[in-house]
Amino acid sequence: MSTEQTGALHPGEHLDHEHKPRGITRWLYSTNHKDIGTLYLLFSLAMLFIGGSLAMVIRAELFQPGLQFVDPHFFNQMTTVHGLVMVFGAVMPAFVGLANWMVPLMIGAPDMALPRVNNWSFWILPCAFAILLSTLFMEGGAPAAGWTFYAPLSTTYSSDSTAFFVLAVHLMGVSSIMGAINIIVTIFNMRAPGMTWMKLPLFVWTWLITAFLLIAVMPVLAGVVTMVLTDKYFGTSFFDAAGGGDPVMFQHIFWFFGHPEVYIMILPAFGIISAIIPTFARKPLFGYESMVVATASIAILSFLVWGHHMFTVGMPVAAELFFMYATMLIAVPTGVKVFNWVATMWRGSMTFEVPMMFALAFIVLFTIGGLSGLMLAITPADFQYQDTYFVVAHFHYVLVTGAVFGIIAGVYYWLPKWTGVMYSERLAQTHFWCSLVSVNILFFPMHFVGLAGMPRRIPDYALQFADLNALMSIGGLLFGLSQLLFVWGVVRCMRGVGDKASDRVWEGAQGLEWEIPSPAPYHTFETPPVVK
Amino acid sequence: MRHHILSALYSARYSRLCLGGLFMFLCQAAIAQESRYNMTRGVTEISQRVYGLHMTIFYICVVIAIIVFGLMFWSIVRHRKSAGAVPAQFHGSMKIELLWTAIPVVILVVMAIPATQALIAMEDASESDLTVLVTGSQWKWHYKYLDYPIEYFSVLATPRAQISNEAEKDALYLLEVDKPLVIPTGKKVRFLLTADDVIHSWWVPDFAIKKDAIPGFINETWTRVDKPGLYYGKCAELCGRDHGFMPVAVEVKSEADFEAWAAEQVALQEAARTADAAATPMSMDELMTLGEKVYGTACAVCHQASGEGLPGVFPGLKGSAMVTADIPGHIRIVVFGKAGTAMQAFARQLSTSELAAVITYERNAWGNDTGDMVQPADVAAAIQGGE
Repeated sequence: MSTEQTGALHPGEHLDHEHKPRGITRWLYSTNHKDIGTLYLLFSLAMLFIGGSLAMVIRAELFQPGLQFVDPHFFNQMTTVHGLVMVFGAVMPAFVGLANWMVPLMIGAPDMALPRVNNWSFWILPCAFAILLSTLFMEGGAPAAGWTFYAPLSTTYSSDSTAFFVLAVHLMGVSSIMGAINIIVTIFNMRAPGMTWMKLPLFVWTWLITAFLLIAVMPVLAGVVTMVLTDKYFGTSFFDAAGGGDPVMFQHIFWFFGHPEVYIMILPAFGIISAIIPTFARKPLFGYESMVVATASIAILSFLVWGHHMFTVGMPVAAELFFMYATMLIAVPTGVKVFNWVATMWRGSMTFEVPMMFALAFIVLFTIGGLSGLMLAITPADFQYQDTYFVVAHFHYVLVTGAVFGIIAGVYYWLPKWTGVMYSERLAQTHFWCSLVSVNILFFPMHFVGLAGMPRRIPDYALQFADLNALMSIGGLLFGLSQLLFVWGVVRCMRGVGDKASDRVWEGAQGLEWEIPSPAPYHTFETPPVVK
Repeated sequence: MRHHILSALYSARYSRLCLGGLFMFLCQAAIAQESRYNMTRGVTEISQRVYGLHMTIFYICVVIAIIVFGLMFWSIVRHRKSAGAVPAQFHGSMKIELLWTAIPVVILVVMAIPATQALIAMEDASESDLTVLVTGSQWKWHYKYLDYPIEYFSVLATPRAQISNEAEKDALYLLEVDKPLVIPTGKKVRFLLTADDVIHSWWVPDFAIKKDAIPGFINETWTRVDKPGLYYGKCAELCGRDHGFMPVAVEVKSEADFEAWAAEQVALQEAARTADAAATPMSMDELMTLGEKVYGTACAVCHQASGEGLPGVFPGLKGSAMVTADIPGHIRIVVFGKAGTAMQAFARQLSTSELAAVITYERNAWGNDTGDMVQPADVAAAIQGGE
């Protein structure tokens, strides 16, 4: 799409406007979408390493059979907090950070619609995670009932850190809902003239749909953690059969939040991949309209499939069949997306810079995760897969090689625009190949041990699983170390080390964000561009 | 001579034998390794169907993956800028987009039909020959035969020393239990599942059974096994600290062997009840020796061998007012448990002698040194008196 800049974009003029506050107050009081985006992304990176360290405790304990390093109760705290930190601290804030940076630039808006809400929704997060992580140092330890915190293990049988956990989740929910409202209001009201709905970049579309999912399900999560709180401390019996409640109701409510949550963590990645593939194939995205329709279909279906997480709780056959069919149906729109990406590459003119490499790895590895998801949908087979490492393999393929690879691809793609310098291609390619190899050493064997019968969330295992667990632990360590290369690459760019990036950065890049200078000035699109 | 050997080596017949042998060897190796890297075929008609379904879907997924990734890699190789590719500008085709929406739907329907049939068969627990009530609690299974006066607990038999790496791990590490569930061959056995505390999940891969045991609710599943043997499974739902240490073991015996086993169990349990009623007072040494043993199997999981517990989760007993002051209160909590906590009612799990011994042990170990002795009769009186 072509744009007509109406006077706002002369670089010299911009420098005059860049009266940003100095020091810590610039960040504490910031209402600038770029600064807040940066805060979100750095916070997410820190959480990735904290969550990763917890995972390394898990992998160290599982390196050999027998108990070596930690007590099983502490092991359960590790699996629980690892999951919570990665889901709510690493993946979700990374996407919000990308949205903060890119949505206004992509739709030609000067900032987010609600800048103060934006500041508030970020600064809640460090508080929420300070509370959550502080429970690790409390008597009785952090929550240990899994990130899914099934009752009554999380109510009657939990330690007193439950109250802190509930408060932390409430804060995360408030932050997410405010962020989602902000994104929706921005996209609805602040599109530049001529930026019609069907011209929106797919990243904006996927985030719009994600934001609606967030608003729909975060209150459900808030509801379920509140019931956990009152069951534990105020004598209610929502999840206690002895008082007329039902432990299975917990799972229904949790997964009514939990399944859309899964798509909250992948839809924006679809948007990033849909931006990167056309750029490096130098060819327009194939099937733009069907991409939008597919994203919306996935979002709607995500409300109808929660039961597939609980096939073993003893549902009526009719309910099991409904959830099986509905789940299988999700393969159709997801397939459409994958086919569209491949068709975009088809007869393009491809180059393979690092964003493209991560995007290609995303397509292959996310599809593997999607296909194992299809297997998990088949109820009779799911009875064998449920709660084994096969499930762990499945959701790490969609979340790590899916969501996280999508985020990393996006960071490399837009980093030159943010910082004004190119990242080191050699360093980044090394990061890519190290990550690709190690992530598969880490997660691929999980399919095998899961099928062979290793349950998830166990600190020790039967001897038949020993060799592959040792291999996975080594893969985990290598994958963690590989991410230090990523940090190095990003820090170099932030310090301005590297070749100067052009405004368009990539030869095939299309869209408003590439029309502005690199690095993006502190204020952009103060006068809206006109999109033709 | 050399030529002769070579020609023999390369003769068609020999090479066919070689290839055949190699193929057979690889197949055998694959089958031998299969259970280590793939779902078990199991030993029931249902488990074979589930395995078949699993493999069918797996192959369909592999074919889809090969086609999609094949096209993608073809494109990566052929349509690269460095190879001089000039980008086409097409960006949609209604025909092809409808096609790749419709084809997956057809594939899904093909998958759904056998899955639906298998599921309906699996969920039909009617007309069973034998019923066992399976109750999960932290971290043991309890089996109660509804057709026989037999019930017992089944707990992990792997010694703690093996778990803490102080002893060599044996082949059945974390799999073996003290008393497996015993069922007869050729009978449709119905399992009713429930739990005393948190949610557990009773899983036997060889039967393709996994069903949650939920406190306050009763779930139902079934199996029919034709092949005698010992089959191992695990708790599959996170149930607290020792979730990884509550295996399931099921011994399938021929009908005659099962009946003999059942008769023996009925007699044994009757004898145990008689012995319990007639339990005589024990000396301090006897109480302490037995008490230490019982503590190790029943109490140490939570309260720890050191008696120090896990602060904030499981209270310590060392120096605790509960175990040093009030004897009747101490007996009551061990016998009846404490509602709303992980402290179970041990009257159902231990004999009066064992209860007396373990209470005595707790009152005198780790420097508690109260000098108190609790006798089986005291415990029996407490049980009689009720909560």
